[in-house]
Amino acid sequence: MERALVLMGCAIGAGLALIAGIGPGIGEGYTAGKAVEAIARQPEMKGELTSSMLLGIACAETTGIYGFVTGLLLIFVAPNMFLNLL
Amino acid sequence: MDVSITGAKILFNIPIFGGIPISETLVVTWAVMAVLTGLSIWLTRGLKVRNISKRQAVAEKLVMTAENFVRENMGEKFMSYVPFISAIFALSISCSMASLVGVFSPTGDISTTMAWAVVVFVIITFYKFRTNGFIGYWKGFCDPVFVMAPFNMLGEVFTPVSMAFRHFGNIVSGGVITTLLYSALTVANHALFGWLPGFLGEILAGVPFLTVGVPAVLSLYFDWFGSAMQAFIFCMLSMMYISTATE
Repeated sequence: MERALVLMGCAIGAGLALIAGIGPGIGEGYTAGKAVEAIARQPEMKGELTSSMLLGIACAETTGIYGFVTGLLLIFVAPNMFLNLL
Repeated sequence: MDVSITGAKILFNIPIFGGIPISETLVVTWAVMAVLTGLSIWLTRGLKVRNISKRQAVAEKLVMTAENFVRENMGEKFMSYVPFISAIFALSISCSMASLVGVFSPTGDISTTMAWAVVVFVIITFYKFRTNGFIGYWKGFCDPVFVMAPFNMLGEVFTPVSMAFRHFGNIVSGGVITTLLYSALTVANHALFGWLPGFLGEILAGVPFLTVGVPAVLSLYFDWFGSAMQAFIFCMLSMMYISTATE
């Protein structure tokens, strides 16, 4: 019975952890939109604008990666660890 | 079909000092270092001032790109950091691309990226100590208000942690998705070709035909673009933090 509860908790937690994917999706889409606007205003700055945009996107990706790593840990590492603690 | 996604496996233990574990990370990192050292020695053999060979032109282009990269991000007074930044960049991109040849990539182990982040953090703290003095460093946590001190300290500790986890998480996510995709395609291949009667079906179902093609396209993003992007971001962030630590 406790086994089932532990595994259920890990599975539901992993699903909840990946809700963190919403944030970077919205933020990076907004960033890309602003970058496209800026390129449309000044097409000769395309190279610098693109690399600045990619830099900002990689930094904003971080919190999404945190959620992903938490989900991975909950699926692959947590059940073993929690069941040994029981 | 059981898929096992684990971290770095420990290959063997050296039986001195109570057993030093040798993991896959160590072995692949030393192999990557040997390859990079051999490449550097080969590129810089027989340098001439005039009538340079193509090899020397490539080497000069690499050095000039690294110097411009550091100069425009850190300024002229930090030019002594060119070897450090280019070493981190070369190691990072080579380690992440080790998954192209099928071995475990060392940056998929949090130890590697955390070690680099701790080195950068020590450099940042050293420069902060030198600019503000010992007392000034601790007082710097108290602006703008005194109660902000725990949050400032947390943000300071979080800097290397976030750099390490960003690099590690991106590389590991690429590896996990590729592993899952390969196992899914293998199962699909087994299911598809298993319908053929008898001996032919058994042989065709054993050879995974469907795994050719789709993972290669994904590997363009995960192995090439992702590795280059993460190495670039890591170096860019280190340079930004180091140069703003002297203000």
